[in-house]
Amino acid sequence: MLRRIASAFADLGSRFHGGEEAPGTEEEPSDPVTDGGTPAAASGSKRPLRHRDWVRALPFWLPPFLLVLLFVYGAISWNFVISLTGWEGLGEPSYSQLDFDMYVQFFEQVYDGAVERLNGGDTQIAEYNAFVNTFKLLIVFTVVSLGVGLGLAVLIDRGIRLENTFRTIYLLPMALSFVVTAILWRWMYRFDGGVINELLTAVGLGAFTQNWLGDPQFKLYAVIFALTWQFSGYCMIVYLAGLRAIPDDHYEAARVDGASTLRMYWRVILPQLRASTTSAAVVLMVFGLKAFDFIFVIFGGATPGPSADIMPILMYREAFGRTNWAYGSAVATILFLMALGIIAPYLYTQYKRGDL
Amino acid sequence: MSGTETPASGPGEPAEAVDPERERPQEEPSAEGRGLPVPGRRFALYTALVGLLVFYLLPLHSGIMTAFADQASGLPYAPPAPSDATLSNWQNGFDIVRSGMTNSFLFVIPATVLSAFLGSVAAFGLTKLSWRGQLGVLVLFVAGVFIPYQSVLVPLRQFWSTMALEGSLKLLASNLAFLPIVSGVLFSLGNHADLIELSVTHTAYGIPICTVLFRGYYFTIDDEILEAAQVDGASMFTVYRRIIFPLSKPMFAVTMIYQFTNIWNDLLFALILVEDSAQHVATQKLNETLGSFATDFSLVMAAAFAVAAPTIILYVLFGEQFAEGITGESA
Repeated sequence: MLRRIASAFADLGSRFHGGEEAPGTEEEPSDPVTDGGTPAAASGSKRPLRHRDWVRALPFWLPPFLLVLLFVYGAISWNFVISLTGWEGLGEPSYSQLDFDMYVQFFEQVYDGAVERLNGGDTQIAEYNAFVNTFKLLIVFTVVSLGVGLGLAVLIDRGIRLENTFRTIYLLPMALSFVVTAILWRWMYRFDGGVINELLTAVGLGAFTQNWLGDPQFKLYAVIFALTWQFSGYCMIVYLAGLRAIPDDHYEAARVDGASTLRMYWRVILPQLRASTTSAAVVLMVFGLKAFDFIFVIFGGATPGPSADIMPILMYREAFGRTNWAYGSAVATILFLMALGIIAPYLYTQYKRGDL
Repeated sequence: MSGTETPASGPGEPAEAVDPERERPQEEPSAEGRGLPVPGRRFALYTALVGLLVFYLLPLHSGIMTAFADQASGLPYAPPAPSDATLSNWQNGFDIVRSGMTNSFLFVIPATVLSAFLGSVAAFGLTKLSWRGQLGVLVLFVAGVFIPYQSVLVPLRQFWSTMALEGSLKLLASNLAFLPIVSGVLFSLGNHADLIELSVTHTAYGIPICTVLFRGYYFTIDDEILEAAQVDGASMFTVYRRIIFPLSKPMFAVTMIYQFTNIWNDLLFALILVEDSAQHVATQKLNETLGSFATDFSLVMAAAFAVAAPTIILYVLFGEQFAEGITGESA
């Protein structure tokens, strides 16, 4: 889809000159001399025509843009300023003294936790646990979902009957609220009479039954497993679009070379899916950060315990549970910077490739 | 998905039609094309597909079975024994979340319509007219899709409490008491102030993704149609209203289904913004139900399916559009 947009964009740049020159379009006819026709040249020229387009576009994009500017970027900036205060409790923030105390405090806690961890044993320091678990969740969830999604896409892409039905059902969990899926999985994971433990017992694997949501060893992975169930269908859809864009002769060429099916996918097909993988991975990481709702519901609040704590939960608990507003805002800013660390390189490469 | 999405796209979209040869071999199931020469393996393939089907449906299936059981005592994934089967959970579960669902409809529908509309006009201004500085604005829109909500929660709460919407609306209502109808409407709006806040908030955070979706679509609309309209002296507003808007209908379907699902399903903003328990929304109510009836799983399950019903129905009816919406996210 990105490539389609890109080529259309390049097109648009050149076409626009043609369009504007149509007789009678403009009150003051534009300069008939066309320039290069590339988007860069078009926006770079200083003719009144460009200015007019800018003015004419204004009423369309400006009102939505102002809303986004206020609610998204204004709020992020305000959040950063709040994180520099010492605001806590029921009063209003005082902006007279601003410093980075909250950030120092956060990273000191993470450091202390790491030291405790290195000295052997677990740590109860929430900042460290949340920090590490966030990375664990994002990485494992993304990798596993991509793998499962690719598997689904490859299976679906083999010219099967009822393709639509299979696809629809694999994608169905994505239409559900985290609140609903958390309730479903609480039922699945229940220790006594939960679906997973009952099924394990039924097939003679009773020894493997676990307290999936209670045992610190399994908590986070139980969450990741459920999230994978919910979002692998999304990866399937993205990969399926990628697979369908690969010409059939690539498959045939590989088969003529005598490559086995597995090798063909590994050597020939997978490299061509790199763009799908990148964009799906970026979106999955963002979904992973939104897993707040799921963890909040499945563990019955913002205290999932050290082994399933993640930074979005820590932020909510500090700010809205303990009214440590400034500290919560600092955690939120760190989260934002983490998200930015994922998005910025992605958007930049898209821009470099001309896909933006 | 590319094979089936084509009918959903509007007229004048040559970009969709570029690779008909590539799609054609796909239409008849051909194991050959995708490197599966042995017919015996088809059995393994379908076994895997059905196995996965069971995996994806199992949580939903066992949830439904539980909701039909009087006491969740039998096997959790099997239908309840006839003596145990009941419909009362569904009635009671729905009763518990009904007010929340009404509230959800009240705020989700305006937010869905508004964010889709604003996304559409923004995309029009950023696609069909080229001007300097466009890229900067566009980057801010696109990056807005990926913002973690945590990074705006504290300011959001501050912002809306400073606005004091409920108090202002009610004050205005009492000052306009000589206009009974206006005053009554304002008073009622004041009683739903939390929902208005939620609606505006979701509209603002939905605009980026809607803009991205519409932008992708507007590139496929042939500029010649617009040029022809401009030859006739039509203003940009007329072009939008007469040409772009009617052509956007399929994309409005995609965006609105996507937005409705997202906004309906959200819990976090509601937790922050909706304090008045009479205005609690569906996901909030459901979470509370889980809190207070944690031992009665049958009831909680039934309530969960009631809350999920609108999005499931939308998904069953418009699965194709939903898929198109979520793939647009990776733009």
